[in-house]
Amino acid sequence: MSITYLEAIRLAQQRALAEDPRVFIYGQDVGAFGGAFKATKNLAAEFPGRVLDSPISEDAMVGLAIGAAIEGMRPIVEMQFADFSTCGFNQIVNQAATLHYRTGISCPIVVRLPSGGTPGGGPFHSQSMEALYAHYPGIVVMTPATVEDAYTMLLEAIALDDPVVFCEHKFLYYHLKADKLPEEALPFGKARITRPGRDATVVAYSAMLHEALAAAEELSGDGYDIEVVDLRTVKPIDTDTILASVARTGRLLVVSEAWPWGGVAAEVIARVAAEGFGLLDAPPQRLNARETPVPYHPALWGTHRPTASSVVNSLRQLLEL
Amino acid sequence: MTKGASPEQSMTYDRSGTGRGTREIARRAFRTMLEARILEEKLAALYRSGKIVGGVFLGRGQEALSVALGVHLRRGDIYAPLIRDQAGRLAFGDTILDTLRTYLGSSLGPMRGRDGNIHRGRPSEGYHAMISHLGAMVSTVCGSLIAKRFRGETGIVGATCIGEGGTSTGSFHEGMNMAAVEKLPIVVVVANNQFSYSTPNDRQFACSDMLIRAQGYGITGRRAIGNDLIDCLEVIGAAVAAARSGGGPQLVVADLLRLVGHGEHDDASYIPASMKESPLGRDCLTLAKEALLKREWISDAEISEWQATVEKEVEETATKVLREPAPDPAEEEWTAFSVVGKNLSGEDEQ
Repeated sequence: MSITYLEAIRLAQQRALAEDPRVFIYGQDVGAFGGAFKATKNLAAEFPGRVLDSPISEDAMVGLAIGAAIEGMRPIVEMQFADFSTCGFNQIVNQAATLHYRTGISCPIVVRLPSGGTPGGGPFHSQSMEALYAHYPGIVVMTPATVEDAYTMLLEAIALDDPVVFCEHKFLYYHLKADKLPEEALPFGKARITRPGRDATVVAYSAMLHEALAAAEELSGDGYDIEVVDLRTVKPIDTDTILASVARTGRLLVVSEAWPWGGVAAEVIARVAAEGFGLLDAPPQRLNARETPVPYHPALWGTHRPTASSVVNSLRQLLEL
Repeated sequence: MTKGASPEQSMTYDRSGTGRGTREIARRAFRTMLEARILEEKLAALYRSGKIVGGVFLGRGQEALSVALGVHLRRGDIYAPLIRDQAGRLAFGDTILDTLRTYLGSSLGPMRGRDGNIHRGRPSEGYHAMISHLGAMVSTVCGSLIAKRFRGETGIVGATCIGEGGTSTGSFHEGMNMAAVEKLPIVVVVANNQFSYSTPNDRQFACSDMLIRAQGYGITGRRAIGNDLIDCLEVIGAAVAAARSGGGPQLVVADLLRLVGHGEHDDASYIPASMKESPLGRDCLTLAKEALLKREWISDAEISEWQATVEKEVEETATKVLREPAPDPAEEEWTAFSVVGKNLSGEDEQ
C-alpha cells in the first residue's frame, strides 16, 4: 500500500468526518466532484449532507465557517487554490483571528490552502501565503512537508480550538508517498530535525524541506554534514529547536518558497539574530523565491523558486563565510 | 443578556391590531425605542465630556426599523446588528449595562476593553459582534444557521442589518447569494438612510430601486416605511415569520433618514435641509408616540413614567460603570489564541 500526500489529506478528512459529527467540509466543487485536486473524493457520498459545494465566494465561505464555529461546529473550508484565499482574507484575518480575543469565543475553523508552485501554475495558482496569515495574531499556520505530517497535522488542526490556515503543498500532492499513516505525531508546534548534522543548519518547511534534504545529501559527498530542520508549523514557531540546532552548527540558512519581504525566513533570522547572536559563526542567510510574480514557463519557474541546486550554492557560500 | 424576547412576545405583528400580542409588541417596541434614544443621548454626552474615546455612533431616526427586527427575534435566534441598531440590540436582549461597559471600556463588560462601542456581542448567545468591514456579518449569520440546520434545530431565524452603502460590498453580495442558494431562514434589513457617511445614493448604486435586488438573488423582497413603527413592525414581522416557517431568505428595504451624523464627530452638513424637512426626515420616535397614543395603546402618563424610569436607570448605570476598573495591561493575557501557547491551567508556557 502506498499513500500519497494528497490521499493523506483526504483520509484525515474522512476520519474527522467519521469521528466527529461537528465536522463538515465546505468549498468549491468539493461535493460529488470531489474537489479540484480530489482531496474530498467520495466523501460527499460517504457523509451525505456534510460535504457541501459552495458558490465561488471565498469571503462568504469563510464567513459561513466562522458562524458555524460560533455555534459549535468544526468546519473545514477548502480554498481551490491558496491564491484565491485573498478573496476571503478579510474574514480570516479580521473575523476569525479576532473572535476569541474580542469575545472570548473560540473559532475552530480550518482553512485548507493548496499552496505553492507547480510547473505551469503561473502567477495566480502558485502562491505561498503562510507569512501573510502568520502576520495576524490569532491564526495558527501549518505547513506540513511529509505524508505523515499532512495526515496527523490536519487532524490536529481540526481538533484545535483556534483557527488554522493549513498550507498543503500541491507539488507534494502526488510526489510524496508513504507506506502507512502514523497514529502518533510530534507535539503540536514542534519542529523536527529531519537530518542531523554539525556543519550548518538549514531551516525549511513544506516543499522546500525536500530541496534542502537533497542539497544536504549532495554536500555530504563533499564531506559536509548539514542539519535540516523542518518547521512543520510556521506559527507558532519553534524557536527553541532552531536555536538548539544553530548552537550545534553555528551557521544558518533559511529556505522558503515564498517571497523574502516580511516572510517566514526573515522571521527565523530575526529570532536567531535577536536570541542567539552569540551562537552564530557566520551571518545568517536566507534563500527565497525571486521578487517577481510566480512565472508560468517551467524554465522560469524552476529558477524562480529555490531548488536543491540553489540551496547547495547558498550552503557552499555560507560554509565558506 | 438578561431580557430576550420570549416566544409569546415575538409573535408576528398584525396591522389590524386584533392579533394576539400585537398591542404588547408595539408597546414593547416603543418603550425600547425610548430606551435606546435616552441611552444614546447619554452616550453622546459622555463622548462630549471626553469619557468615551474613539467614537459614538447613534441610531437616531432609525430606531423604529431597528427595533422592529429585534422585537421579532427570540432566544435561540441569531442576530448580527450593525452600527445603528441600539434599539434592536436592546430588544434582542442587550442591556444598558453592557452598552455602557463596552463604550466606556470597562473590564467587566463583554468586550473587556478589547473592543468598543458598537462592536459588542455575546456570540454564545446568538448575538454576533460586528466587525467594521461591511457585509461581513451576512455570511456569519448564514454559518450559524447552517450549524443549527446540521443539529436539526427548526423554527430558527437569523437576522442582520446593514445600510444601503454596505450593500455595495462584495461581502454583502456573496453572503446574500449564499443564503439564497442554501435557502436559509435569514432576514436582512437594509436601512436606506440616503447617505453612506457623506456619499449620496446616486454615487452609491445605480438601480432604480434597491428592492429589485431581491429578485436578482431569487429571494423575497419587502418594503417598509423606515420611520413608521407600525409599518416596520408589520413588514419585518411578516418577513421574520416567513423565514421562520421555511420561506427562505427575506430582504427588507426601508427608506429613512439618519437624524444625526455618521458619528458624533460628524455634523451631517451634507444632508440637505429639504430632505430633513420632507416626510423622510420625520422623527420615528415622535411618529410612533403619536401612532400609539391614537390607538390608545399607551398614555401620556405611561410615556412619562417610562421616560423617568429609563433616565434613572441610564444615569445610575453610567455612574456605576464610570467607577468600574479599567482593563489592566499587567493583567491582560496578551494572546489572541484560545488554546495555543497555554497549558491546561491556562497559563503561558513560554
